[in-house]
Amino acid sequence: MKILVCISAVPDTTSKINFTADHKSLDTGGIQFVINPNDEFGLTRAVWFKEQQGAEVHIATVGETSVEPIMRKALAIGADKAFRIDTHPTDGFLVAQALSESIKKENYDLVICGRESIDYNGNMVPGLIASHCGYSFINTCTGLTIDGEKATATREIDGGSETLETSLPLVIGAQKGLVEESDLKIPNMRGIMSARTKPLEVITPSNLEALTEDLSFEKPASKSEVTLIDEANIDQLIELLHKEAKVL
Amino acid sequence: MSVLVYLESENKAYKKSAYELASYAIALASQLSTEAIGLVINNDTPKNIGGLSQIISISNESLNTFTAERYASLLSAAFEKSGSQYLVISSSADSKYIGGMIAAQSGSSFIPNVIALPENIEGKTAFKRTVFTNKGFAYTSSKSERCIIGLSKNSFGVHHSNAVPKVEAITLELTDDRVTVTNKATVNGKVTIADADIVVSAGRGLKGPENWHLVEDLAEVLGAATACSKPVSDLGWRPHSEHVGQTGKPVATNLYIAIGISGAIQHLAGINASKVKVVINNDPEAPFFKAADYGIVGDAFTVVPQLIEKLKVFKAQNA
Repeated sequence: MKILVCISAVPDTTSKINFTADHKSLDTGGIQFVINPNDEFGLTRAVWFKEQQGAEVHIATVGETSVEPIMRKALAIGADKAFRIDTHPTDGFLVAQALSESIKKENYDLVICGRESIDYNGNMVPGLIASHCGYSFINTCTGLTIDGEKATATREIDGGSETLETSLPLVIGAQKGLVEESDLKIPNMRGIMSARTKPLEVITPSNLEALTEDLSFEKPASKSEVTLIDEANIDQLIELLHKEAKVL
Repeated sequence: MSVLVYLESENKAYKKSAYELASYAIALASQLSTEAIGLVINNDTPKNIGGLSQIISISNESLNTFTAERYASLLSAAFEKSGSQYLVISSSADSKYIGGMIAAQSGSSFIPNVIALPENIEGKTAFKRTVFTNKGFAYTSSKSERCIIGLSKNSFGVHHSNAVPKVEAITLELTDDRVTVTNKATVNGKVTIADADIVVSAGRGLKGPENWHLVEDLAEVLGAATACSKPVSDLGWRPHSEHVGQTGKPVATNLYIAIGISGAIQHLAGINASKVKVVINNDPEAPFFKAADYGIVGDAFTVVPQLIEKLKVFKAQNA
């Protein structure tokens, strides 16, 4: 089984988000980039398939050289080989198009993407890839087992879960639950050393097209001061929620 | 070039989001001086959704179970057939599943997490959407003529009208689906986070899963859904599906009550789109107080039971 995990580099979840003075882009000053958490759940499951079922695991990232440290980390976690598609990932359409071209060439059995990246929250790349490549697709995937050509998955739905069956090739949108948070792998020294010599191939894409354009960014308006209510005066809270906030 | 809006239903009942979506589509159509068309699958004409000029109705037994491939190709075909410029879909799990697939099939763009009607920026039609899990906003325009708009929950509101749309039943060819649903498990009788007007959420301050009856009792009085912080789901006190935050679920409710949650930046991002936030925490330095509208500094184990009793009285008086 040949697996591709698509990985994007996103600001660490603890980051405070600021935009550049012209409001045109993210101010990356002081921001540490990490593997998108949804992708990391997927990567961990892929490495499980490698260890348990002998899968070969590749990773791909669309981005400029600045994304290579997180790609090396993914290799240290256990992926065998990496592709960097050398372009700025302007929108989900461009990213999906770039990845789909590589996927068609390599004939993967399973493509794992995060259900969304936690930066631009597009939640479209896995669905676009599945459509471009003609693969089946399961989103918000919280469980996946593979037996030969047959895949059994669970997906989170509003207010519950579904069990699904399909056959390979398959794209999934991974999220928490696919593996437990406690099962996420921290690279050990041996992994880090071997990652240095694992292949990281750079691909120059051609004719990619974004379908959307972010014209400007802004931060949420700053919040007014909290109204504190004495714990002995809970009636006041109910009164405020009823009459002032009008939510009761 | 009209606006097509997919009005989602579940077990023959329209989802609450359908009314908000219709309101948005009608307003968008009015801004563009065109008409709004509703798309309905296996359901009667929605009541109290006026202002739509037309309803396209599709009925087929095999559509009773949602499967993404089939639904995506159906919506894509309906988008094509209606000749609409925009297709408005919700932010439900199902709609997020098929958004990208419809975009690929119909050759249109997709702008998700939209929270407002478009504005003109640099001569372009720009939709305001949330990015960085509510830590920021982007104004995004479509480069392709046709575009799918994913509307964020509770961002536009419901505006009723009584005009009656004309209904046209259409038949579209159904495709097979390579993915089959073998089991569907939903919690009965519980308000889901996706549908809730009020969410009651708790963190490690509750000390253990055995104390969650406080959260559940409070949620019951309020008709609210229950949720939790990331540490609580990581510890296995509550299921992952209740985890609210940047790597969990975003919550956009009218009222969010946080009990014993300190307010890590990832959690605050996840609940930022909620309208009114109440925090109950015994630590006055908890960061959540800076993000909340109302706060009580106090012990959850004394405050919450009192709140439950007093809300019962309030509900009885205001029933």
